[in-house]
Amino acid sequence: MTTILNIGMNHETAPVEIRECLAAEPNNNKKALVFMRETDCIKESIFLSTCNRVEILCTTDDPSMAKKAILELMSKLGRLPIKDFISNLYTYNDMEAVHHFFSVASSLDSMIIGEPQILGQIKKAYAEATINKSSGVILNRLMHRTFHVAKKVRTETEICESAVSISYAAVELAKKIFYTLEGKKVLFIGTGEMAELAARHLMKQGISSIRIANRTFNNALKLAALFDGNAILFEEIDSQLSEVDIVLTSTASPQYIITYEQVKKNIRKRRNSPLFFIDIAVPRNVQPEVNNLENIYVYDIDDLKGIIRTNMAQRQQEAVKADRIVSQEVDKFEKWLKTLKVVPTIISLRRKADIIMQAEFQKSYSALKELSPAQMETINILTKSIVEKLLNDPILYLKDKADRKILGNYLDMTRNLFNLDKDEDEI
Amino acid sequence: MVFLFNLALSLELLATGGFIVFIIKQQKWVFQYSYNILIMGFICHSISIGCQYYELGTMPILELKSGLSFFSWSIVAVYILLQIKFKLRVLGSFVAPFVTTLMISAFFFPWRTQESINPIFNSLWLIFHVIIIFIGDAFFAIAFLTSIMYLIQEHHIKKKILGLFYTRLPSLATLDAINTFSLNCGFPLLSIGIFIGSIYSQYAFGKYWQWDPKEVWALISWLFYAALIHQRITVGWQGRRAAIMSIICFCILMFSFIVVGILFGGYHSFKSLGA
Repeated sequence: MTTILNIGMNHETAPVEIRECLAAEPNNNKKALVFMRETDCIKESIFLSTCNRVEILCTTDDPSMAKKAILELMSKLGRLPIKDFISNLYTYNDMEAVHHFFSVASSLDSMIIGEPQILGQIKKAYAEATINKSSGVILNRLMHRTFHVAKKVRTETEICESAVSISYAAVELAKKIFYTLEGKKVLFIGTGEMAELAARHLMKQGISSIRIANRTFNNALKLAALFDGNAILFEEIDSQLSEVDIVLTSTASPQYIITYEQVKKNIRKRRNSPLFFIDIAVPRNVQPEVNNLENIYVYDIDDLKGIIRTNMAQRQQEAVKADRIVSQEVDKFEKWLKTLKVVPTIISLRRKADIIMQAEFQKSYSALKELSPAQMETINILTKSIVEKLLNDPILYLKDKADRKILGNYLDMTRNLFNLDKDEDEI
Repeated sequence: MVFLFNLALSLELLATGGFIVFIIKQQKWVFQYSYNILIMGFICHSISIGCQYYELGTMPILELKSGLSFFSWSIVAVYILLQIKFKLRVLGSFVAPFVTTLMISAFFFPWRTQESINPIFNSLWLIFHVIIIFIGDAFFAIAFLTSIMYLIQEHHIKKKILGLFYTRLPSLATLDAINTFSLNCGFPLLSIGIFIGSIYSQYAFGKYWQWDPKEVWALISWLFYAALIHQRITVGWQGRRAAIMSIICFCILMFSFIVVGILFGGYHSFKSLGA
């Protein structure tokens, strides 16, 4: 009786120190796959390792032996004694394993629910498994179903819809104001890590120029060099306000750097064009009243965090919907798996029919040899379709009963009825 | 003709329902169906207007019913053009209810019974005068609707309420672009329409301009729109202020179309047109 076994650890069960041990060497994946392929008790296997999780998926006839082998493998890969990480592992069998894997691929188990990378990582892991010939009938089918489920979850729920990081939320807002960020000019005031992250994100959107102002001019120069922008002096900020479209502030200044009056006097020079302030500094760098000016929009860190919170809550809600899809698909997979059990009986049934057909043809050969090839062909087709039609109902019947508990009885009955076992002994 | 008008109205009602479902559910196929139904309604409506034209021998805008109906036809025509140009699905969810409202109001006015019409209406000048002005007005109607959308979206972004409307409405820049485009098309059309009208008036009545109430109000709306466009070009008016101004201009335009047409008399009024 084949079992699907899933052993793994994720960002919730294991600290990063342990996870990174397992992902330490680049060819660990291959090593793992080769090891499992060569372990007798493991039939098929897939090895997934990302920065947030390690998952091993395999089929086996002896789950406890297989688990032992996998623990050894992990200890070898991570160069850790088993006792150091055994408490961080989870083990799922059969449909639980399928459910878990579907959830992982649909990004329901991710640190940030709905993040899109995981599916790509699973696809890569599966590709590696096929290259190393470690996956077979069951895991191939399971992986294809996994991709199907992940796609279904993505299209039928809104789990990946909304922004859940500050810079992503800011970019989304900017797009609601400017439609596109292509060709827009951005001014950064402050050069912290957050500014750099946001700059990277904005650059991807195709903004045309970056200006960077900082109290320590040297830092501005450094960041400007990184993004091919212009470093400007703090005193120049005022004149820049009449040109740029987006201003991102992130300095540690205790007073407002951008004041209401300052922006107001620039409005006419800007010919009323919209200006978007993203203020991620605490305390705030932009005077809140600036938001009251026409065509000027100010979002501070709390506003952005508020957006993220709502979006996260929305994703949680969508996750419930997604979980329902996953459960339905697990049921479908279970049904398919059970039909595997009737496959040997169906094969022997077909084989028996085939043998009878061949034998009977031989017997009548002398009487039939007068016929033209076309007529022979017709008789061939005729007999085949009679056999097919006769077998069709019993086969459908068996497949239909595949998920019954007393499937064994049905199989027994079929084998006796058609005398399959005795025949096979004779052959 | 009556049947076609009613069919057009029913199709537009159906399309409006679809567009409302679309703005809630956000499914592309709902939009596609609604859009196709709207186009079918538009075709029926066009044929119905064509029949009326054939029967009357002139543009069927001699009473409020057909005026409203023709106005709603013009808006759908302009909407289809803009939809092809801007491909903004959510626009239909605002345009369809608006034109359907016009159609429903037209539905409740009686059909014209009297057969004879004043022979001066039998002129190509008049046809151009009417069509050009109505198409111009239709552009203004779209500018009006996008201005409303702009104000809703702007309010949500400013007040940081990022809910249903925020996600469904397009960016401010898109709405402002459609608004500008519609004004830039509508204004020349209105100007040309008025100009052709005055030439025709000279030809029919011997006077370019008679200070008829409708003429006066048309001039007032024209001046308001001229002011708006002037401010846009010189000071760079855009966004919220331009949207509010566009709404005010359209209200004046509607006043001169409906209220002046019914109550103020003069040779442009529906009463004298029908006589």
